[in-house]
Amino acid sequence: MTSLILVEHDNKDIKAPTLNTIEAAKKFEEDIHVIIIGSNCKSVADNASKIDGVTEVLMVDDNKFSNQLAEDITPIIVNLADKYNFILAPADTFGKNIMPRVAALLDTAQVSDVISIESKDTFVRPIYAGNAFATVKSSDNKIVITIRTTAFESAKISDNSAGITNIESIDTDSISEFVGQELSKSERPELTSARIIISGGRGMQSGDNFPMLEKIADKLGAAVGASRAAVDAGFVPNDYQVGQTGKIVAPDLYIAVGISGAIQHLAGMKDSKVIVAINKDEEAPIFQIADYGVVGDLFKLVPELEKELENN
Amino acid sequence: NTGIELTNVKMSMNPFDEIAVEEAIHLKEANKINEIIIVSIGTKQSQETIRTALAMGADRGILIETDSEIQPLSVAKLLKKVCDQEKPELVILGKQAIDDDANQTGQMLSALLNWSQGTFASKLEIEEKNLLVTREIDGGLETLKLTMPSIITTDLRLNEPRYASLPNIMKAKKKPIEEKKPEDFDIDISPRLTTIKVIEPPKREAGVIVESIPQLVDKLKNEAKVI
Repeated sequence: MTSLILVEHDNKDIKAPTLNTIEAAKKFEEDIHVIIIGSNCKSVADNASKIDGVTEVLMVDDNKFSNQLAEDITPIIVNLADKYNFILAPADTFGKNIMPRVAALLDTAQVSDVISIESKDTFVRPIYAGNAFATVKSSDNKIVITIRTTAFESAKISDNSAGITNIESIDTDSISEFVGQELSKSERPELTSARIIISGGRGMQSGDNFPMLEKIADKLGAAVGASRAAVDAGFVPNDYQVGQTGKIVAPDLYIAVGISGAIQHLAGMKDSKVIVAINKDEEAPIFQIADYGVVGDLFKLVPELEKELENN
Repeated sequence: NTGIELTNVKMSMNPFDEIAVEEAIHLKEANKINEIIIVSIGTKQSQETIRTALAMGADRGILIETDSEIQPLSVAKLLKKVCDQEKPELVILGKQAIDDDANQTGQMLSALLNWSQGTFASKLEIEEKNLLVTREIDGGLETLKLTMPSIITTDLRLNEPRYASLPNIMKAKKKPIEEKKPEDFDIDISPRLTTIKVIEPPKREAGVIVESIPQLVDKLKNEAKVI
């Protein structure tokens, strides 16, 4: 039997979280099929066929899938499910939106946010904001999983050339309709794939102070993130949020500026390789997990950091 | 290593569910909906959670009482039965519970009912038979138009939940809560996932406080080698 992976894409390129999901699926040591559902998405299929480990690419190309609404694309996956014993997607807003719908229609439980595949039916996943790891065993004969991408490497693009099969579209009731999108534009790397992240919290005091962090981000090729407090205060948009209910990141270097380190924030970044905290409160919980801490006024320290990076 | 110690731990309504209740009350105050029913599945203590929602402004409650573990798929199946009976046009749930962090129930319920879904909602408007929903997605925001009946799951920024006032807490005691059992619904709700063990995540080694920024940059460069 075989694994099926739902590819996240924008009708042109494959999004990075799919590559981690493919790498995770290799643990099953089964064939890996990927499915691309979209509109004018041939280039996505071509790229997918080159990914290491992929044995077949399925493509459903139809105008009505241009925005990949859950109600429309779920029936396609469900229709193909007979042939697969594992169905996977990344545990980001894309996968989280669609996969439970697939699982329910297949009458199978979903295992969310898997950080380790122990065997064909046993998985490890964090619970209680990452304060505990649960090992769970599924009794379903078909298993639907979402993958925490930071827990797995990225599958490589190689000279693989998996076959591409066109799958016929199916009719669905149109009960939902795409109206519009407002995407944050940034020249910087995406939070979930950045090697370095600098994040600001309530201590930043205002959105006007975030350019201080952006300057450092540009010097280091880093992404800019934020705590929930900073997002709720309106300093930056919601998609900057790192934490239990925002993005889960695990970069090589995470610099937390003016972030106290509430449990829900730590849940989103404590797997970072190296953590730096800059905070004026030496009692702040962030210092308990930081590899390097600097106690002091961020409005003095951050410009100093910028200067120091420039000199180096 | 079988689970989390919950004896004598303070319990409260899941924060995303508070946002869901607030949104329903908000819609009722705007005369967009007529009645708000609160449903909870769990032990007898779940009644207190329903009372809290009634004190916030909901109209009546349904408690499906059980001491067994009920996983998201089973919750979705039970809620579907409640929807079959009560015929709501809108079901609002939290996007995830902060204990199991599953983020599944709303989507599963939507699938079982074959209704439209607006997950991770940060804005909600009712326009006649449609819902306009703004969703928080990874790159920003997305707006969908959903044909009702619909399922909505709430994100943090949908609203700021209110506190129940003392008079409303008193009034809530008189509001009806219907009591049911999972057996009343004739569906299989046995867990599909068995928890084998629960462990503490590995602890991080304590770090060092450095005295100055030049020292920090030096450490990042030469010791940690990350810049």
